[in-house]
Order: sequence, then structure tokens, then C-alpha cells
Amino acid sequence: METLNSIHYKSKIDVEEALHTSKVTLEDFKALISPAAKNYLEPLAQKSSALTQKRFGKTIQMYIPMYLSNECQNICTYCGFSMNNIVPRVTLSNKQIEAEVKAIKAKGYDHLLILTGEANKKVGYEYLLNAIKIIKPHFAQLSIEVQPLTEEEYKGLFAEGLHSVLVYQETYRKETYKEYHPKGRKSNFEWRLDTPERLGRAGAYKIGLGALLGLEDWRTDSFMTALHLDYLQRNFWRTKYAISFPRLRPCEGNEHSTKYMDDKDLVQLICAYRLFNEDVELSLSTRESQHFRNNIVPLGITSISADSKTEPGGYASDEKALKQFEIDDTRSTTEISDMINQHGYEAIWKDWDAAYQL
Amino acid sequence: MINMVSKLKIADRTFSSRLFTGTGKFGSNEVMQQALIASGTQLSTVALKRIDVRKEDDVMLSFLKNDQWHLLPNTSGVRTAKEAVFAAQLAREALETNWLKLEIHPDPKYLMPDPIETLAAAEELVNLGFIVMPYCHADPVLCKRLEDVGCAVVMPLGAPIGSNKGLATKTMLEIIINQATVPVVVDAGIGAPSHAAQAMEMGAEAVLVNTAIAIAGDPIAMANAFKLAVEAGRIAFESSLAKTNNHASASSPLTAFLEE
Repeated sequence: METLNSIHYKSKIDVEEALHTSKVTLEDFKALISPAAKNYLEPLAQKSSALTQKRFGKTIQMYIPMYLSNECQNICTYCGFSMNNIVPRVTLSNKQIEAEVKAIKAKGYDHLLILTGEANKKVGYEYLLNAIKIIKPHFAQLSIEVQPLTEEEYKGLFAEGLHSVLVYQETYRKETYKEYHPKGRKSNFEWRLDTPERLGRAGAYKIGLGALLGLEDWRTDSFMTALHLDYLQRNFWRTKYAISFPRLRPCEGNEHSTKYMDDKDLVQLICAYRLFNEDVELSLSTRESQHFRNNIVPLGITSISADSKTEPGGYASDEKALKQFEIDDTRSTTEISDMINQHGYEAIWKDWDAAYQL
Repeated sequence: MINMVSKLKIADRTFSSRLFTGTGKFGSNEVMQQALIASGTQLSTVALKRIDVRKEDDVMLSFLKNDQWHLLPNTSGVRTAKEAVFAAQLAREALETNWLKLEIHPDPKYLMPDPIETLAAAEELVNLGFIVMPYCHADPVLCKRLEDVGCAVVMPLGAPIGSNKGLATKTMLEIIINQATVPVVVDAGIGAPSHAAQAMEMGAEAVLVNTAIAIAGDPIAMANAFKLAVEAGRIAFESSLAKTNNHASASSPLTAFLEE
């Protein structure tokens, strides 16, 4: 509540100072995400665009998600994979993984994000290790978004060629976290919160952070994400960082009324992160609409996904398993890369080499 | 008579252009290619991580194959000497060149080069027959150590990569240039043609520019501007710049009495 108030009390003068300083502090970041900054979206976007170009050039990195399983032992009241949803569960076999790899490679991707639900027994460390061994030879860069693992397990996966791990705290407010995650291993707030630190110790090349926007006040959760980023970057200086901005979307079983975050809020947040941190990667998924994604390219985003399926086996097979969430932008890979080119930006397919991790 | 820029020799190659270029951050491969042509560059770096050495028809490489310039693979992304040596060997095989820009920056925030790993890798790579061009701090002793292990040039930074802050390390660069026995190429931080000209006037043998060209409103015109600035700076250096003087000469010299 204290954080929330301190953000809401920021004035126009605070915003203007934050816009013009050469070093944006955490207090400046509060001003940039405050309601007072809503009238400064254009100068915020201009500065964010220029800073992003300076660091990342006129480029957008392309990646694609690949769901290996929708098994889940958690109850997350907003998620389609939640254990209490009575729906068909699928975990891909080696052969099915290979079929997915083939279908995805045909689209031209070299950076892959592997996802699962959180089912430690069926889709635990050994399953993930095996999957990475199968997938790795085909991609330049591999990331995962799965249940939090131990430091030793992460070390094992990095040794097999894993590059990045994305682990979203969902919400940094413990009471709210408990409400949304009443059962399963995920209900352990601290275990999840400490995950990026375990990743840093395990030598992750990149750690992805974020809050699920819509569970709590987005400003408070985003400030806590920035604080988390700042802490991690100081302590694990060899690691790169990325932030995503998933906004809650409708899915099976989701009956919560969400704390609404509109497009203006999201633009404000993306630009504020860029001013706060010039080198953090900012990623946008197909959860967002065509209209939004068409216009966000030059504002500060550095990587986007396209052509995504959120059900396991969705690329190679027409049989539909349970989706984690509905995607909004359903355009093809070519359409998205053409859209990026129309902005005068280049879609980058490869920005890593597996040889660096041999 | 027009003063022509003297040629630069590095290892077995001679360059008439003293502007080296990078190939990242461009809005399209077409613009990158045109900008490189306009820059007159004869040496252009390419990050191994951006190209697929397994593919014969890698798109980026197809735009980079040109008689005007040699390709200089770089190891951007590696964190240790061991990784750099492995990447260098891969690059040598794939691009059929033993020239290498050695970059080891384990710090992804400021992309600061690791002096300890860089020196170790440089020594090993020289022994493996590479023409090593190491990106390093503007540290005069480190530059001498890199020279000692056989690097063909040293490439100290003017400012952090991509910062466009110019020659923030000017005082150290002057020392490095003063005592170098191999060409000094100022790399990183050059954000404007005037910065490039300044480095050349100081006696740098060449500069490497990427971001300032790639993200300019008109990268092709900016590449030409850098070409002219580098030439102007070099001609000025070779013509012996007049010394600057902040003080007027005293009208009543203190030692005039000796002549009385």
C-alpha cells in the first residue's frame, strides 16, 4: 500500500524530472509509471524509441513458443492449465517433440521458447533434460518457461545447452499471490521469488522476469519487478535480463474479474522500463492484438513471438489439446516479419550460436 | 596539391580506407550493404552469432559478400577465453579467414571487455595462427601486453559500445597511441563524424564505427560523412596539426632583463 501511494503521489514535476534526467532511478521509475505520467506518453515513447535504437538497433528478435505439456499440479485460478479444469491432458513423446521441431523449423525460427505446465512428477527435470537434448541441435537459442527448479537442476540444463529461463512471479504481493495460487507447489511464494537468484547462481545466460498484469495493481507489481531486476543485475552481472508484460486474457476456468490494464497503460509501462533500464530486453507475445503489435514495434520492444500455438503438439497436429490461453494475433510468421520491415526494422532470426555453449 | 591519405598495413593486408565498420543494428540488410559501400570500408566485422555457418545461403552473409571489403568475424557473445577460442576456430572454418576481432565481454549491460580473458585468448589465438584484433579497455599497459603476445592491432574503446559518447577515454588513448608499435584502432563509442575525426587527428590508425551509422536517420549518407571525417582527420594528422595554445604570450617576458 505504501508503494502504491508513493506512485500515485508522484507529480507532473516528478515526471518531467524523470523524463529529462540522464540516470533514471527507482524513484524516477515510479514517476514514469504514475498516473501523472499518462499525459506524457508521446515524449516517453520518443525517448524510449531512441534509447532502444541506440542499444538494439532497428531490429526485432523473433522467437516462437513450443508447449511440451499441459499437465499441471497447481491450481491457478486464472490459467487454462489449472489442475481443477477437467480437460484432456497431453505430454509430448520424443516422436511428437521431433514432429513439432520439424514443423517449427519450417517456419524459419532459430530461437525457441519451451513451455510446460507445472507437473514435477510427469514433466520434471529428467523430462526437460531429455527434451532439451532432442531439441537443442536444431536451434541457436533455447529458453524455457516451466516450474521453478533447483540450482543444481538449472546447472544440468545449462550444461545441455539451455540459454534462458523465464519465470514470472505473477504477483509480488504475497496475500494476493496466495489467493490466486491456493494449491500445489506453486502456492509457495518464497520458492518462486527466490528462483531468479538460483538461476543467477547457476550461471543463466538470460533470466526473464515479469508479473501477470491484472492480478494486482499493475503499477505496484511493475515497480516490484523493476526492483527485482535492479537487485539481480547488481548481483548477477554476467546475466542478461528480459521482461515480459503478459496481460490476463480469457481462458478455460478463468472467472476472475481482472484489474484492467488498457493499451495506454501498457505503452506507458513498456516505455518506463526502457528509460529505467536501457539494456533490458522487452518481449511481447501474441496475447496482444494485431493493432497493438503493429504499432508497438518502434516504441521499445526488442523481441516478439508470432504464429504461436499454446496447446502441446499444436504445430504438427490438428488434434486440439487444451490451450493455456487464447492468442489474439494469429497472423503468420511472414506477415509479422513483413509488418516489422514496414516499420524500417529488420526481423532477426538468429542472435546466438549453440557453439558458445559447447 | 591534394594530400592523399597514406595506406594502412595490418599483417599481410594494405588498406586505403581507415574506416572499419560493424554490421549490427541496421534496419535492413539492403540498407546495411549500401551503407558499407558508401563508407568506402575495406574491413567489416560480422558477429558469428548472427550468421548460420551451417547454411550455405545465410541471408545476412549473402549481403556481406562484396569485393570492396574483407569480412572480420567477431566473437561477440562469448564470456571466456575458452569460448572465444572455440568460436574463432568455427569462424575461421566457416568464413575462410584467419582474421579475428576478439571480443570477450561477459558483462551484458555495458559490454565491458574482460581484460584477463582477452589477454589469455589473444595469446592462444596468435599461437593458433590467427591475425588477432582485440577489443579492449583504453588501458595502456593492457595494450602493451596485447602487443607483446602478438596481436596485429589493439582496439581500445573510446566509450562503452553503442553509447555514442565519443572519446571519453581520450587521455588514455593518447598514451596508448604514443607508445604503440602496432596500429591503434579506436573502437566503440564513436557517435559522430567529429569524434572519428578527433581520433584520427590524435594519431589513431583507424576507427571502427557501427551504431552511429546503423541507427542514423539516413545510414547511407551518414556512412559517407564518416568516410570524409576519417579522411579529413588522417590528413590533418599527417599534415602536423598546429599546436593549440590557451594562453597569449606575455608582452613583458620575465627573462627580458637577461638581454638588457
